[in-house]
Amino acid sequence: MAVLSVTNLSVVKRDRLLFENLNFAVKQGGLLYVKGQNGAGKTSMLRVLAGLVAADSGEVYFSQQNIQDCRENYHQNLVYFGHKLGINQTLSAVENLQFWCKQHLVSISVDTIYDTLAQLNLVGLEDIPVANLSAGQQRRVALARFWFKRDAKLWILDEPFTALDTQGIDLLSNQITQFLSGGGAVVMTSHQALRIDYPTDELTLEYRI
Amino acid sequence: MAILKRDLALAYRQRAELMQPMLFFILVISLFPLAVGPEPKTLQLIGPGVIWVAAILSSLLGLERLFRDDFQDGSLEQLMLSSTSLPAAALVKVLVHWLTSILPLIILSPLLALFLHLSEPMYWALLKTLLLGTPLLSLIGAIAVGLTVGLNRGGVLLALLLLPVFIPLLIFATSAVESASMQLQYTAQLAIIGAMFLFSLALAPFAIAYALRVSQT
Amino acid sequence: MWKWLHPYAKTERTYHLCQKLLPWFSLLGLAVILVATVWGLAFAPMDYQQSEAYRIIYVHVPSAVLSKSLYSAMAIAAFVGLVWQVKTSFMAMMALAPVGATVTFVSLITGAAWGKPMWGTWWEWDARLTSQLILLFLFLGVISLYKAFEDKQQAGKAAGVMAIVGVINLPIIHYSVQWWNTLHQGASIMKFDKPSMPPEMLWPLLLSILGWALVSGAIFLLRMQNEILQRELKRPWVVALANKSAASSEGK
Repeated sequence: MAVLSVTNLSVVKRDRLLFENLNFAVKQGGLLYVKGQNGAGKTSMLRVLAGLVAADSGEVYFSQQNIQDCRENYHQNLVYFGHKLGINQTLSAVENLQFWCKQHLVSISVDTIYDTLAQLNLVGLEDIPVANLSAGQQRRVALARFWFKRDAKLWILDEPFTALDTQGIDLLSNQITQFLSGGGAVVMTSHQALRIDYPTDELTLEYRI
Repeated sequence: MAILKRDLALAYRQRAELMQPMLFFILVISLFPLAVGPEPKTLQLIGPGVIWVAAILSSLLGLERLFRDDFQDGSLEQLMLSSTSLPAAALVKVLVHWLTSILPLIILSPLLALFLHLSEPMYWALLKTLLLGTPLLSLIGAIAVGLTVGLNRGGVLLALLLLPVFIPLLIFATSAVESASMQLQYTAQLAIIGAMFLFSLALAPFAIAYALRVSQT
Repeated sequence: MWKWLHPYAKTERTYHLCQKLLPWFSLLGLAVILVATVWGLAFAPMDYQQSEAYRIIYVHVPSAVLSKSLYSAMAIAAFVGLVWQVKTSFMAMMALAPVGATVTFVSLITGAAWGKPMWGTWWEWDARLTSQLILLFLFLGVISLYKAFEDKQQAGKAAGVMAIVGVINLPIIHYSVQWWNTLHQGASIMKFDKPSMPPEMLWPLLLSILGWALVSGAIFLLRMQNEILQRELKRPWVVALANKSAASSEGK
């Protein structure tokens, strides 16, 4: 069954048509890898898929329901990871994640948060303001969400591997593979070649003038 | 609720930044006696207007940070993708903003009333108008902040958008204080300000939520 | 409502509609203004109280009347755009805004010029002049908000929200300024009771209001076409249109 399907999607940004009449579907356990040059509209497309921005025409469906009509249900089953991390610089890693979990109705104990941060190689950095962490470390903090919300049905990741070291890339790739084998669906972009050992669908966006 | 706790904690950690509009408020008001002379009568005459204008200007300074950090670091995106309803979240954020950057101004106001030689009935009227009117500033202001948060140079634009909108509030509030100075009733003015406040309380959260969605484009 | 609007959500149709309406508005408008102005300035009787100076009302009143209607029209366009997601509606809003701002500005200038012989000063904090001034600020706010965004679609929505906030506020401003004005009376405001205007004066006034409305409409249509072309510069129908007009001008 298709987790996410898209019909006749067109997006215009700054009076420039990024793409039009796009149709595709992502099934349970399916991985869609969106490729394209800079400026081809990958990020814009992911934001439309996540429901952050309305498309100019066309529909996005989550489990056969228009996402406009099932916003709450959709967002409960979605993890979106964008260019902006959604991590407050003044708060510590643990505070940030606790707040995120509360907001997204994920009940998780503080111990689990510490454990996950340890898995992500952030021991000793849990309680200092995030501003003191390096770019890669901050990304790891944000990525911890994928450890908390494994029961989601769809993950959308926009350039998740940027600023991560090889070990971080492996950690995340493993996590994605596990999620996929558990029946989750993933849509992602990446400029690095994917190091995920899993059947992948590709979608290439052309740059238009 | 989680937002309330988080934002209050954040405000506490950024208290140095919160102090700035407050200092600005005091400074602007102390400029007036220096500019027009320390004559108590003159000061009493312009006092209510000066305090209100200064309150509006310094609330504009503080407003900018209402959604700025959350927009820039992406917390706003995550908020929109969460189960929290956006209008409710916006309302909580406005409440925190009012508590942390406007309420201190009101607490300071007796001191400033002293500076400007306001009489006691005038001060009580001023306090009432401030308590009823400043939440209105925060609510309406938040709509414009939501709209301009994506622009990196929103500051002056914010003033340009909001000052004309705040004019009725300024007129009613200062006229209430003026009536008080003449020992007259000012319930009418308070009632109007109260009505405007309730009206904006009902509608502004939705407008703010819409504005924030627009800013995501 | 939606059924009626829907065809004009397409920019191309709106463009051609503007094209068709434009000559009517512009020619008729100019003709009416010409008649009204000549009538008002040369033939209408002189006012016994204000002598010849009153004749500025043939410019002042139409601009003052129109400024508020244009703001309302702009807010209605914004509302339609926000509720029904009509793109052309935002274009209409932004085509209206500068026209409205200009008209408001004209009403302020003429109001001040009228004030000089009447009140003996260029600027009097009269209730109507003050509300016009605030209206001008509201117009300028909406325009500058629109200009501040690079993405014009986003700009339209943002400016639309502000236009609606303004239009809700407009009656409150009007009322509050009047209140404020009566409170601070005692300045040198000359209160002249408006005697009901004799028809010889009224007719040219009504005509000039109509003329101004038509000309504003014409300017709006032109701006609307311009806006559509600019926004859709790369769409096939615009390219075809440009080629056609280039070909016809070469043919001459």
